[in-house]
Amino acid sequence: MTQKIQRHWLVWPTVLAGVMAILWLVVIAMYQVDPVYLISDKLVTLLVIFVIYLIAYIRTKEHLRAPWREVFHRKLAMIALIFISVYLVIALIDSIHFRLPLQKNTVTEQAQYETRVLSLFDVLVMPLRKRVEHSYSAPFASYGLAKETLELAAGREVRDYPRLRYGGTHLSDPNSQTLTDVARSLAKAGLITLVIWIVLVAASIYLLAWQQGQGWNEKRQQIWREQTIVPWRVVFATWGVVLFIITSLIILSADYHVFGTDKVGQDVLYLSLKSIRTGVLIGTLATLVMLPFAVLLGMMAGYFRGIIDDIIQYIYTTLSSIPGVLLIAAAILSIQLYIAAHKDTYTLVEKHSDLRLVFLCIILGITSWTGLCRLLRGETLKIREIDYIQAATALGVSHFRILSRHVLPNVMHIVLIAVVLDFSALVLAEAVLSYVGIGVDQSTNSWGNMINTARLELAREPAVWWPLLSAFVLMFILVLAANLFSDAVRDAFDPKLRRLSGRV
Amino acid sequence: MYAYIIRRVLYAIPILLGVNVLTFALFFWVNSPDDMARMHLGMKRVDQAAIVKWKQDRGYDKPMLFNPKASGIEQLTDTVFYNKTITLFAFDFGNSDDDRNINRDIQKRMWPSLAIAIPTFIIGLLFNITFAMLLAFFRATYVDIWGVISCVILMSVSGMFYIIGGQYLVSKLLHLVPISGYDHGIDAIKFLILPVTIGVISGIGAGTRWYRTIFLEEISKDYVRTARAKGLSEFRVLFRHVLKNAMIPILTGVVVVIPSLFMGSLITESFFGIPGLGSYTIDAIRQQDFSIVRAMVFLGSAMYILGLVLTDISYTLVDPRIRLE
Repeated sequence: MTQKIQRHWLVWPTVLAGVMAILWLVVIAMYQVDPVYLISDKLVTLLVIFVIYLIAYIRTKEHLRAPWREVFHRKLAMIALIFISVYLVIALIDSIHFRLPLQKNTVTEQAQYETRVLSLFDVLVMPLRKRVEHSYSAPFASYGLAKETLELAAGREVRDYPRLRYGGTHLSDPNSQTLTDVARSLAKAGLITLVIWIVLVAASIYLLAWQQGQGWNEKRQQIWREQTIVPWRVVFATWGVVLFIITSLIILSADYHVFGTDKVGQDVLYLSLKSIRTGVLIGTLATLVMLPFAVLLGMMAGYFRGIIDDIIQYIYTTLSSIPGVLLIAAAILSIQLYIAAHKDTYTLVEKHSDLRLVFLCIILGITSWTGLCRLLRGETLKIREIDYIQAATALGVSHFRILSRHVLPNVMHIVLIAVVLDFSALVLAEAVLSYVGIGVDQSTNSWGNMINTARLELAREPAVWWPLLSAFVLMFILVLAANLFSDAVRDAFDPKLRRLSGRV
Repeated sequence: MYAYIIRRVLYAIPILLGVNVLTFALFFWVNSPDDMARMHLGMKRVDQAAIVKWKQDRGYDKPMLFNPKASGIEQLTDTVFYNKTITLFAFDFGNSDDDRNINRDIQKRMWPSLAIAIPTFIIGLLFNITFAMLLAFFRATYVDIWGVISCVILMSVSGMFYIIGGQYLVSKLLHLVPISGYDHGIDAIKFLILPVTIGVISGIGAGTRWYRTIFLEEISKDYVRTARAKGLSEFRVLFRHVLKNAMIPILTGVVVVIPSLFMGSLITESFFGIPGLGSYTIDAIRQQDFSIVRAMVFLGSAMYILGLVLTDISYTLVDPRIRLE
């Protein structure tokens, strides 16, 4: 009998992180790019590494795996998770920034770079970024929205809708051909999707069967009859849908502007995809920033009581009594002045808008910190009276050790639920704040900025509705998925609520 | 009980002081009054004399916290912090940076805000509780499941889309009510219908789900089983027993917002062009008028604390077992 080698749980995440780092170095060396590390990028990297280690740790502990298994058992949660993952991947790819090299300067032999900072995502969707029209054009349009004076071959001038430079140029008569052409493209996308999907699903089933020592057929039947813990049938179906959306977007945007173009002719699809990073970052980093404070102070208030409790309670009552928007406004106004006063330090536009983004995350973290702190204080107050804490105290275990070994693991579920629940609220908050003018910088792509400009565009004649629709669809999918997923997480981790959602 | 209330009100003083220190730090330490003057007079082409005058007119030329030139108690009182903070406690907000009396502005602008906030609040509350009751009545059936899913969907739409969509549909396409604006007296109604409706709709998702959870928690308690065992109809159990007992958790979330109602909603008011306190605040933020923002922060905090005290008092009214000590 061969014995399975048990590796320490730290091994594989470290290997993974190492491989990623080496890959990055290789890419830098191969393409001669100048890496740009924005503050938010560093925070994202930190977060990713933390999550990888967390997953590795959870996998080793059966009692931590159990509630997650319940989350993954839910169909709705899995569908939501797949959509969230797509957003996360785009946000991550969009967080790898660099500057492309220019032609080498032969005189100085020094490497020269473009001034514009790009992300890996920009490079992947380069055609979308480059294909800029004159001005507005509707989705799938081949003509501009406004009439322009066009010069005919004979030297006469005529006022008509101009043909777009990139949208629908392959059509001779767009008005009659667009529909069939789009349908043909969709059919093509469907076909490609089918091929990829079959390969992907077959490979997954094979992997699953191999992992659990079952036959391929046996596993396939199990999945079809939904006898697996993870509802693979639903997962595979969702993969199909997501794959179809992605391939059809790729194929269609080669010929058209799927979501039209904005005032300066930029592709709206590109803008709204770029906004994903802002939304996801605010949703995750704001919680990351607040977490240490909330956990530490909440536990300390509940555990030590007395004067420490009074001080901490005073701090969070004061903070929570200030209307959130106003506190954010005050802080953002301050940082604006700060950036204006230190213009020389932030020469790159990206750097100063990034500073504002990070600062917004911090402020949002501070305003949303109090709720979790209060919850944790209450829970710790209860836990500290339980026998095992009393026993630990009697045995002379130090306060720090009691807090970290006995209290923290028992309040972790509250922390997790708060983090997941806050995510969607933060994404929505970004839009509102950007509208008020205290959100992310004007130059940062975000759904809030898109909605803000779209509001006036809607009043135009004819109405320009596509930027709004595009922002709406992308934001709605993310927030809905996050809400559904957080529901599942809450039900799985909070036994008190689980009772309520089931049959009474 | 009165002793309790007095103690709570006294406890508000250090909190409000803390709020003031915080806003003061944010506004005056991160940005010197010189920066603010430059911001207001335009970033470029500002001569020093204009800045000095701007500061003098608004009392920003004094030392921040401690005045070494003055004598005795004046060392502390003849400072920016004292002048800008202590007057707030008397609810005297002084003048805005463009020399308008903030108190008068607030008194004038609170009425439109209230005209929107109160109907939205009451109608929304009734709607949400009714829907939540329905879902609780049909719990664990398809009505409940789809009800909850619709709530999640409603929740996932940004509030701004409700407003933009509503304005586009009702005002621009159907021409039922004006897009935005406000009028005094009875004419205001046609301007209020749309914002109130949208306010109610955008709150349904989160509200209904929240109340449903409260009701379900109550339903699982013993007295409900007793009531059913007595042979009461499910309808009667829900409306006579569960609703009454659910009042405590409901009040916790509801009463605390009542005093803040007159502060208005930033987004709704600015989209509908209603001259209330919400749009006042937004304008102040956009014009970077720190005096107004500071006044609104103070007012908001005071109202929040008042809400907390009112919540405690309302407990005693609803549940005679609770005594405040």
